[in-house]
Amino acid sequence: MINLAVKPNVIWAVGGIFSLLLLASIIVSLLQWRNPHKDYRELRLRVNSWWGMIIVFTLAMVLNRRLSLVFFGMVSFLALKEYLSLIPTRRADRRVLVWAYLSIPLQYYWIHQEWYGMFIIFIPVYAFLFMPMRMVMIGETKEFLRAASTLHWGLMVTVFSLSHLSFLLALPEERNPMGGGAGLVLFLVFLTEFNDVAQYVWGKLLGRHKIVPKVSPNKTWEGFLGGVATTLLCAWLIAPFLTPLSMPHSLIIGIIIPIAGFVGDVVISAVKRDIGVKDSGSLLPGHGGILDRIDSLTYTAPLFFHFMRYFYFQS
Amino acid sequence: MNRLLRFLFFGVVVRIVVLCLLGLNVRHRERLPAQGPAILAANHNSHLDTMVLISLFPLRLLPRIRPAAAMDYFLRNKWLAWFALNIIGIIPVARKPETSVDVISCRASKPIHPLQGCKDALKCGDILIFFPEGTRGEPEQRAKFKSGIAHLVEHHPEVPVIPIFMHGLGKALPRGESLLVPFFCDVFVGEALHWSGSRVDFMLNLEQGMEKLEGEGEFNKWE
Repeated sequence: MINLAVKPNVIWAVGGIFSLLLLASIIVSLLQWRNPHKDYRELRLRVNSWWGMIIVFTLAMVLNRRLSLVFFGMVSFLALKEYLSLIPTRRADRRVLVWAYLSIPLQYYWIHQEWYGMFIIFIPVYAFLFMPMRMVMIGETKEFLRAASTLHWGLMVTVFSLSHLSFLLALPEERNPMGGGAGLVLFLVFLTEFNDVAQYVWGKLLGRHKIVPKVSPNKTWEGFLGGVATTLLCAWLIAPFLTPLSMPHSLIIGIIIPIAGFVGDVVISAVKRDIGVKDSGSLLPGHGGILDRIDSLTYTAPLFFHFMRYFYFQS
Repeated sequence: MNRLLRFLFFGVVVRIVVLCLLGLNVRHRERLPAQGPAILAANHNSHLDTMVLISLFPLRLLPRIRPAAAMDYFLRNKWLAWFALNIIGIIPVARKPETSVDVISCRASKPIHPLQGCKDALKCGDILIFFPEGTRGEPEQRAKFKSGIAHLVEHHPEVPVIPIFMHGLGKALPRGESLLVPFFCDVFVGEALHWSGSRVDFMLNLEQGMEKLEGEGEFNKWE
């Protein structure tokens, strides 16, 4: 018998997620069966990619903690690589980009060491000061400010923000006897992604009034509010099983996550619109690239983490 | 032994570098030939180009895939020559007409056409990788195609030519650099072209096919 690294409640939650996914697959098949002439390929691709992502995520979470950190580090690497491939980089900065990539193993190493002080300042202070210095050593000043700022913005989003998800695993387990660190990660990732899906579905069903037409024409007030209501309900129901959140706090989180998730989504949309691409990549069939999938998490992860740390994990 | 090394190199090392470190975005993969003879005509920015093109095919086709490569560059010393000929499996092409050919073929020293090796490979039914620009040149800038490829197709009019446009590899490992920087790379496979009866026409078709592929993506200038 493999010794699993998580609490029983987490296993139950994972079971719940797989049941939901199974339900989604059945619904897509039923839709196709009832309307044989309509093309549901896009939807089917999306659900299939969800299967892949959730299976990999579950294995990484459940088997052991070091593996989870490697997995999240890989996600940061893929996201940073996608970002650097999209934005216009300067030829002179090739070697600087290698340093940017090297910040990923370091950032996740601090998490492995549970070194909060370093984790929280490494990208905003040390990387922020180091990258421009390295660029000056190369000496190309044309477009210097643009290059330095786009690079740091990418590091903040894909490495700093996203790594907050992993630091949930380094928080002391005994303060969350229900789910441990893995319970917190699962709670956050599930609510963020489920909120994305809920906003999409509510928008498809009732969507009328555009919310940010210039950035993301498919986003509507109806979808957004439907998502908030759905996520609020889920947060209230699930929080007692996976987190130490009190009832009022679970309601606050149930509002923070859908709003932050929406903002993360449209911020990445604005970046893509600026660059002139529709999807950030083609890694996940039906979804686009990895940035398209984790856009909401880049906002929800730091906000959820600091909320939890402030109220439940301060010594 | 060399055959096994070639399989290991492309099956393990190249796949790790190309799929994990770089990452490919391949469009129209179904247009790749399932068997030879065929010519893949690609733009050339980096040593990685050949690795990426070979990794698009299943390993069982590996013995059939032969990149044409500059003799003066790849056979310039013993070790590189061993690696290029046995592991990469190149067909050496003499870029300068005065270079004598008998170093590799070990046959009679009478002058052989620089593309003779390529013709022989096509005759055997191999898939030939050909870079019509002739050199990697400036990264991410396409140079004018040389007409050697038209000469090849004229001799083998039945062989399809598949234009392939690649972007990003010149950023990952440009000429003169030895440090690989990870980038996602685009590979756009075009529709097969056939010999049209004249070299000028064929070169025009190939240039147009390549331009059309390049137009499928939006690429930032890299400078």
